[in-house]
Amino acid sequence: MANVLVNAPKTAKRGAIVEIKALILHPMETGFRPGPNGRIIPRNIIERFTATWNGTEIFDMEMSPAIAANPFVSFFAVASESGTVGLRWTGDEGFVVEERVAIAVE
Amino acid sequence: MDRRRFLAGTAAATGAIIVLPLGTASATPEAMAAAIRKVVGDAPVREGRVSLDLPPLVENGSTVPLVVSVESPMTEADYIKAIHVFNEKNPQPGVFTARLGPRNGRAVVGTRIKLGDSQKIVAIAETSGGQFWSASADVIVTLAACLEEAT
Repeated sequence: MANVLVNAPKTAKRGAIVEIKALILHPMETGFRPGPNGRIIPRNIIERFTATWNGTEIFDMEMSPAIAANPFVSFFAVASESGTVGLRWTGDEGFVVEERVAIAVE
Repeated sequence: MDRRRFLAGTAAATGAIIVLPLGTASATPEAMAAAIRKVVGDAPVREGRVSLDLPPLVENGSTVPLVVSVESPMTEADYIKAIHVFNEKNPQPGVFTARLGPRNGRAVVGTRIKLGDSQKIVAIAETSGGQFWSASADVIVTLAACLEEAT
């Protein structure tokens, strides 16, 4: 179910600013829509997306139901040292997904 | 009733009539203003430094690309701490809050959002020094999000 697509450069020059893009499959059900039976479908969203660089948190985003289904986030980071970028999505109904990408800094 | 008093009375009456509908129509933008106040507090919010990119005419409100970029050196001494995005007419005024720091290098955040109606979007950036800068954009939505029934 948890399908993640991350786009980040594999290598970067020291001190360069790199863009990291992340997409995850998720319905982002708002909790405001009626389903086929006329009842409101319960809310099921990703509430938080966080990014770490070698364990240090560098970016964090609190989401609301107004974020489109299959949330896409892009942000920048300074390539300070080689390491792994950790991405973590958490949300309703105990949703937790983690993904790692390695970036080599020259 | 003499003529002068009559004129004063009608002026007051028309004034009251004009004020009422304006008060009711701005109920949802008020919710947005309240949400912004909650984040900003009593600090002044100035226009500028922030740019909010999203298409002015949206065909499908269920995925609208949005990029917020803020002019900032992003150094330890002066960086953008947070970017908040608000809307006027979705069921809830908040869209997202992103927290950044000097390790981001550039204060730019992109995502895709849902829009339930044609409306104004506001982005507010909070600097490390506690200042607030904002930008807004009006969007026309031809097919709103949330209207279709879930299958």
